[in-house]
Amino acid sequence: MTEAPLIEVRGLRKFFPIVKGFLQRTTGNVRAVDGVDFTLNEGETLGLVGESGCGKTTASRCILRAIDPTAGQILYRTKGGETVDLAPMPQRELARYRAEIQMVFQDPFGSLNPRMTLLDNVGEPLLVNGMKSRRDRADRVADLLKLVGLRPEFMHRFPHAFSGGQRQRIGIARALATEPRLVVADEPVSALDVSVQAQVLNLLLELQQRLRLTYLFVAHDLSVVRHISDRVAVMYVGQIVELAPTNALFSRPLHPYTAALMRAVPVPDPRVNPADGVLRGEVPSPANPPTGCYFHPRCPFAQPRCAVEAPALREIAPGHHARCHFAGDLALAGA
Amino acid sequence: MPTDPPLLQVKDLRVTFGMDEGTIRAVDGTSFDVHPGEVVGIVGESGCGKSVTMKAILQLVERPGRLASGEILFRDRQGTQTDLAKLDPRGPQMRALRGAEIALIPQEPMAAFSPVHTVGAQIIEAIQLHATQEGRRVSKAEARETVIGLFRDVGISMPEQRVDAYSWQLSGGLRQRAMIAMALSCKPRLLIADEPTTAIDVTTQAQVLALLRDLRAKYNTAIIFITHDLGVIAQMTSYVVVMYLGRVMEQGPVDQIFHAPAHPYTRALLRSIPTIHGETRTPLPVISGSLPHPFNRPTGCPFHPRCPEAMPGCATATPKLLPVAERQSAACFLHHQEAEP
Ligand SMILES: Nc1ncnc2c1ncn2[C@@H]1O[C@H](COP(=O)(O)OP(=O)(O)O)[C@@H](O)[C@H]1O
Ligand SMILES: Nc1ncnc2c1ncn2[C@@H]1O[C@H](COP(=O)(O)OP(=O)(O)O)[C@@H](O)[C@H]1O
Ligand code: SF4
Ligand code: SF4
Ligand SMILES: [Mg+2]
Ligand SMILES: [Mg+2]
Repeated sequence: MTEAPLIEVRGLRKFFPIVKGFLQRTTGNVRAVDGVDFTLNEGETLGLVGESGCGKTTASRCILRAIDPTAGQILYRTKGGETVDLAPMPQRELARYRAEIQMVFQDPFGSLNPRMTLLDNVGEPLLVNGMKSRRDRADRVADLLKLVGLRPEFMHRFPHAFSGGQRQRIGIARALATEPRLVVADEPVSALDVSVQAQVLNLLLELQQRLRLTYLFVAHDLSVVRHISDRVAVMYVGQIVELAPTNALFSRPLHPYTAALMRAVPVPDPRVNPADGVLRGEVPSPANPPTGCYFHPRCPFAQPRCAVEAPALREIAPGHHARCHFAGDLALAGA
Repeated sequence: MPTDPPLLQVKDLRVTFGMDEGTIRAVDGTSFDVHPGEVVGIVGESGCGKSVTMKAILQLVERPGRLASGEILFRDRQGTQTDLAKLDPRGPQMRALRGAEIALIPQEPMAAFSPVHTVGAQIIEAIQLHATQEGRRVSKAEARETVIGLFRDVGISMPEQRVDAYSWQLSGGLRQRAMIAMALSCKPRLLIADEPTTAIDVTTQAQVLALLRDLRAKYNTAIIFITHDLGVIAQMTSYVVVMYLGRVMEQGPVDQIFHAPAHPYTRALLRSIPTIHGETRTPLPVISGSLPHPFNRPTGCPFHPRCPEAMPGCATATPKLLPVAERQSAACFLHHQEAEP
């Protein structure tokens, strides 16, 4: 791809101070996102996976500027083709780009106002962006509801009248109201039943093709991520430990953590035996991460060097990056 | 194939909720057996009656829920069958069974422990109560040792410290393990796990599944495992019950369910899951339409509005659950012509 990426994230950090005592002194930091770099090309989907607490939500909230990053750059290519850094941008200036970057949540109910009809819920971003005429908004909301596979007449109903899958469609319609270029979806199908999950995933794929959307898709379910992503980034304790095109990552993982995550996914075939060697222990606290490689206390391949020397994220094969001293030399099984 | 007589037989169970707007038939004629040491998986979309069925077995259905009909036959250690549906939910017989013979790992992990007592204290109390019911006496110190041992068994590190923790001090994974320890504290013969891994990471899930497999092997505990994750069903269970709108659509040995499913709903469910081996970025086959509202149950076969193979009679008559192969049954007119009366 010759075109510049839509988003380029460089050295992104988000630390939450730990304040203690009467004097509210800062005694340390939760390093929730600790030096994350990636690019997102227009029209592609980057999947972000990892166990809970790895910093996926915090990273995506930084990109949306729902929270202020501690450090780093979020370089965004505007419609006009210039590149701006969203990271330090004051809210007033950010308002210009708000419409272009939208969010789909895990719990669509949390993002919908129960006392407002779909017309007002889905139309709210339009109003914020200056569409003053209620009639214009109703026309646009009707189109949006059709786009996500709901009947336009539903616009006069309230959110509680809809099932989980329908609510997620409403959440998607709302996110698309302002014709965004980038949609950040944080666990958008995690709370849905399998059959509904398939419907919503298909809808997201179809909308992406029709509207040339770019997705940052956060999920802990590797099967879902494999299904929707062009490339996948695996996070562990605030850092990306592996980043690769989807098929490369799944057929030949280069980081022991990625391989362990894959092994933990139960295969929906009783003739395949359960994988042995389950990953022990838990994700360390980002307030007090281990020395050296953050994964070393749980890593079956750890060597003495791993406890003292932090590995860098290296490109091992074209487009395939891993943060492990021995990436490429280990015998890791893919899916 | 199990040779022992069934530990639990659920026969034509019906549970209704009388609401102002009408009656919800949450469980509408469910039947299945569980043999000693067997892991039975119950799969189905939310609202199909999985949790209510389990609550009914333990006589824990909340009002306005009512066990409308059916039998719940449980075999005691002497081999005598008792119909739990006939017991007083608050009577001594039912109370003695709960926890001691049949233990539940409930769907809401937070609700299982009280926040005002330590996790250890709550399990110690359960152990002492159970002993009293059996006419034994267990000292607090002894019970505490048992709990520490159980914590070690379920893979809780630093068990001596963790017994004195409150549930809100534990991570999701640890709380899940503590709950399993609680469920196992009285060595039940039947363990009901209601979506025990839905809210946790795959890695923790793998640990919990390995643990339950070990326990079954060690104590021959029968397990009813409820989940909507077909991967978990495939890896954990030997027999599977597929539910839809309060009815069993199909049941059979796990290999049959995955490799020779007889019911259109089972086949559709299996097709619709994304897998870690799957194609990237291709549409998944979906089950058309959506789950009907509980007040809007379809007539006839409950699946007929969404069934790709529906026939004219399916909208009016409800198919019976009848054998289609060795230990496998299906409720579908593609296999037989018998309707419910
Ligand atoms: N507002 C906050 N204050 C302090 N710590 C936080 C805050 N938000 C998140 N964290 C911590 O940051 C880490 C990453 O959290 P999160 O981004 O939610 O992870 P994920 O989405 O991968 O589960 C966790 O350890 C979490 O406890
Ligand atoms: N306390 C209750 N009051 C009214 N209806 C209930 C209650 N509990 C469950 N139901 C109804 O019973 C049906 C089955 O619920 P449940 O067994 O919880 O489903 P599952 O566990 O399969 O997701 C649902 O339609 C639900 O609305
Ligand atoms: S650097 Fe060492 S501890 Fe870290 S993932 Fe690689 S082998 Fe494991
Ligand atoms: S009875 Fe008819 S509608 Fe029901 S599953 Fe069978 S073919 Fe489909
Ligand atoms: Mg998150
Ligand atoms: Mg349930």
